[in-house]
Amino acid sequence: MADKIGVFICTGYGIAEALDIEALSKVATDDCDAAYCKTVDSCEGADLDAIIQDIEREELDGAVIAGISARRYQDHRLPAGVVVEKVALREHVVWCQPPGEEDTQMLAEDYLRMYVAKVGKMACPEPFQPEEDLDKSILVVGGGVTGLTAALEAARAGYEVRLVEKSARLGGWLAKQHLSIPVSPPYRELEDTGVAALMSEVEEHPEIKVYTSAATSDITGAPGLFDVTLQTVGNDESPPENLDTFRVGAVIQATGWRPVDPRGNLSYGEVPDVVLNVDLEEMVKAGGPLTRPSDGKEVTSIAFIQCGGTRDPAHHSYCSSICCLTSLKQALYLREGSDEAKAYIFYEFIRTPGQYEDFYRRVQEDPGVFLTRGDVTDVERDAQGQLVVSASDTMLGEQVQVKVDLVVLAAGMAPNAADGEAIRALEDAKVAAVEGDSDTQRAAAAAKVEELQHHEGTEILNLTYRQGPDLPALEYGFPDSHFICFPYESRRTGIYSAGGVRQPMDGQSSRDDATGAALKAIQCLEMTSRGEAVHPRAGDRSYPDFFMQRCTQCKRCTEECPFGVLNEDKEGTPLLQATRCRRCGICLGACPERIVSFKDYSVEIVSSMIKAVEVPDEFEEKPRILALMCENDALPALDLATQSRLPINAFVRVIPVRCLGSVNVEWVNQAMSVGFDGVILIGCTYGDDYQCHFIKGSELANSRGENIREKLEKMAMEEQRVEIHQLQIKEYDKLPGIFETFAEMIEDIGMNPFKGM
Amino acid sequence: MSVSARPILVIGGGIAGMTAAVEAAEVGLRVILVEKEAYLGGRVMRTHRYFPKMCPPSCGFEINTRRIRQNPRITVHTLATVEELSGHAGNFMARIRVRPRYVTGQPSLDDTVAEQLESERDNDFNLGMDRTKALYLPHESAYPALHVIDRDALSETDAAKLTAACPPGAVDLDMAEEELEVKVGAVIVATGWRPYDATNLDHLGYGRCRNVITNVMMERLASRSGPTGGEILRPSDGKPAQNVAFVQCAGSRDENHLPYCSAVCCMASLKQARYLREKDENARATVFYIDIRTVGRLEKFYQDMLSDEQVSFLKGKVSVVEEDPASSDLILDVEDTLARETLHPQFDLVVLATGVVPNTADVEIPCELAYDEYGFVDGTTEVPGVYAAGCARHPCDVSRATKEATGAALKAIQCLYGGV
Repeated sequence: MADKIGVFICTGYGIAEALDIEALSKVATDDCDAAYCKTVDSCEGADLDAIIQDIEREELDGAVIAGISARRYQDHRLPAGVVVEKVALREHVVWCQPPGEEDTQMLAEDYLRMYVAKVGKMACPEPFQPEEDLDKSILVVGGGVTGLTAALEAARAGYEVRLVEKSARLGGWLAKQHLSIPVSPPYRELEDTGVAALMSEVEEHPEIKVYTSAATSDITGAPGLFDVTLQTVGNDESPPENLDTFRVGAVIQATGWRPVDPRGNLSYGEVPDVVLNVDLEEMVKAGGPLTRPSDGKEVTSIAFIQCGGTRDPAHHSYCSSICCLTSLKQALYLREGSDEAKAYIFYEFIRTPGQYEDFYRRVQEDPGVFLTRGDVTDVERDAQGQLVVSASDTMLGEQVQVKVDLVVLAAGMAPNAADGEAIRALEDAKVAAVEGDSDTQRAAAAAKVEELQHHEGTEILNLTYRQGPDLPALEYGFPDSHFICFPYESRRTGIYSAGGVRQPMDGQSSRDDATGAALKAIQCLEMTSRGEAVHPRAGDRSYPDFFMQRCTQCKRCTEECPFGVLNEDKEGTPLLQATRCRRCGICLGACPERIVSFKDYSVEIVSSMIKAVEVPDEFEEKPRILALMCENDALPALDLATQSRLPINAFVRVIPVRCLGSVNVEWVNQAMSVGFDGVILIGCTYGDDYQCHFIKGSELANSRGENIREKLEKMAMEEQRVEIHQLQIKEYDKLPGIFETFAEMIEDIGMNPFKGM
Repeated sequence: MSVSARPILVIGGGIAGMTAAVEAAEVGLRVILVEKEAYLGGRVMRTHRYFPKMCPPSCGFEINTRRIRQNPRITVHTLATVEELSGHAGNFMARIRVRPRYVTGQPSLDDTVAEQLESERDNDFNLGMDRTKALYLPHESAYPALHVIDRDALSETDAAKLTAACPPGAVDLDMAEEELEVKVGAVIVATGWRPYDATNLDHLGYGRCRNVITNVMMERLASRSGPTGGEILRPSDGKPAQNVAFVQCAGSRDENHLPYCSAVCCMASLKQARYLREKDENARATVFYIDIRTVGRLEKFYQDMLSDEQVSFLKGKVSVVEEDPASSDLILDVEDTLARETLHPQFDLVVLATGVVPNTADVEIPCELAYDEYGFVDGTTEVPGVYAAGCARHPCDVSRATKEATGAALKAIQCLYGGV
């Protein structure tokens, strides 16, 4: 903890015009007992260099720079080993308060007190170093185009890879394809899939070890320390047996996709000559004349029916992205076989984004390919064994019928994934259905078991994680990132999904995705070995410390951690897997015993800031409002609001928090007991389109609101004294109103009755 | 394994370039990020919200700038362009030209100084729809958070005023252009895109009818930091737009303009229709399309829009847009492909879904690199040491651009590790 603390107060930026600098300096030296206090013109450029020199010369172990927002610093310029905090006098005082007013000065002085107190309680984080050496090899699960590419790209960067494929051969769907859609200019002609070259490169690469007919039966541990057990894929004759055990540092899940089964749709499954696009691919790949399954007759006409089982609100309502291109490609297979052949493609929309449009145009130019918009209403077999396809609402006429040899349904893609959290929920429900406290509880759990039953036995990765054995899934079961700008933002640190398992995508996109996932796996290994957190708190070297003597095994931390960092033993004791940690502090917020702390972020550190505020007595009629604001969205929003010179209520004292989920009820308690009149929590948007980068931090804060209300009730205080808000950065214009309305409400209900006690 | 000490050069500081830089630097490599504008973030910073989550780009941008700020391995050059690139994989020399900002950041300024000035300039960030002072912050979330001076727009009187009003050293009106030579091991091309020039679309009324705008302009109109403070107002009379036509493939999928599909415009228009609907529950939107291309899970957004009775979809290509002189409304000439009839619907605002043109269509990267006929970098022809990502390769959305940027970072790293 820092005890020789220096304070640097900027006079530029309009600060000296708005504030009494002398009084502020006095606060630093007299109230805060700072060892050193100096005024400086600014805290940028040469002035910052001078501050850094002062810190080093005076051998300070802590410093507070009161000038501009912390968001304006390049932190790596600041001296290592010294705790440096910044007070945004410019943004949070000068830009949003009238100059020279008493309340403005009080605000600035409080911020100074808060941050000096904070520095006094903080220590520089020491990077986490496990007792064992971290492993830097990578496990790739799935040997299709994505897995092969991921393995090869990681190996090319010098990382050892183990590739596991459940079937007997590598190559996945790509190996079953005859040709590929065009991916190189001029995007008109079908291309070799390249799978043979890819497979042999992988098989020959000295850094890659390939296991076929194998699957992961257990993955225990954490990034850098994953212990993997492989088993053979069993069958009726031979049950699975252990194949190998080894340690890896990171995992890429490239388990791919399977065709959506459109059984019952347009006679599929009833008429043998109605096949799926993947079936046709294999029929063509087999070579020889294309014949129909029912009677071996040579196929000279095909009807392709798009969205065969997808884009159906009742079924797979998403679009599978590649089926349009696949049908266009397969129409050419037929046409290249015979000049007389005819291909009909029935679609609602043709989806050939980007330069694939050139390929679409090339197929449109082919006189033997008939493309029409239309709803296929029926497929029937006539007496001659021909298939009669009826379509309505087409561009060729209201009702169209064509006779063809073969009907191909453009079946969509479903992910080969399991929903880890659903599997865990199913396990929990099974227990609760037997051990529940009441009939009602047991009945509810039984209903839950029913609802989740289809997840039974779907495990793929078999992770030993409190939060379930696989990655959590998003909508439609894809274990994708929830974030548009961060496609690899995994909810299980060090485990990245890529390719068709993540979202429907074509071969080229899968290769790109695999390369990106390989980078993320490598990055996780390197950052972990430096003791740093990965995205979004990239580079953070702090990590949580659990004071286990006081743990009551309440399981709140293990249940609430969105990243599955904490396993638990039978009694419910949290078992920290530090290299999984993303440093959001949700465990810190969850813990009723306050046993979780980071060197630079803890219940005590924030409490010290709260206690540092000088709360005027009730007769001064100056209420105090504590605002706990998420540093990802709400705090930048405050900076933007003041940059636009929007006024902020002068009675508000802001404390940034890592995530709203890291807010411990104790802080509310503390604020009320030192005389704050209200507490306002501002975090990210939650719900289906949540923006919280710690998944459910702001949502948790809201659900924990019940605890807060209980605390207030115990203290005989109105529950309105605590409010929780969601705010996006761009909604910064709402901030002044949020504070003002809250302050008015406080005025209505009156000051905190315990003020000054 | 020997690791080259040379950094990676990333050309372009939009979402793809920023991502490539941060991802490579977090592995442990040094990166030089070169951006031609005065700020990072590129085109996405002009976007009001992302589809399909309707979240603001500034949210992810905030995290990315924090990652850049905290990483000592990243050097950012704004107002900079790569003029020359010589050498080979593992050993390139890049000549970078840095244009003067005239503002040093030592210390940084705020708008109180700018407000004292009279000199103004067209606000390129808002696509020229409003003006800023000659000393300006490029946009409210600009990173670096530094003002810029438009030296040509700054009058002599204002120059004197500035010198007097700013803290010593904060501005340098004599700042000269700089040239840097750096040795780099690999290059990532993330030069992005620009909108197709709508003045080529005279038949669709752009430049001829005041209330015909482009989709990129619509993003600015919807944004609080845009020229209308976030209100969707039509240019001719500033009235809120209530009946809006979205004309898809305005230039794209058209042999006379851009033969390819621009991939993002369908989702962009659907999203913009939602902006309109969220601002005014009585407003109506009509989308004229050839195909609605909402691939993958984006389909849900389209399905949701279908259930909005105020939004209609019509399959047909708009051939002509004319202005009604009395009302300044727009009258379309459109063939309804399914009903096979010509329609002449009237709207108070028309939004052209203009497409994506690669910046490399005009300015090629100064090194050996294969392009397709449209100027996109051909990612399938390997050039050792040079890797492209995002809209430099093909029209794509943010999620695709960032994943390619992440992959490009690995390719560059392989090159530095001597693996290629």
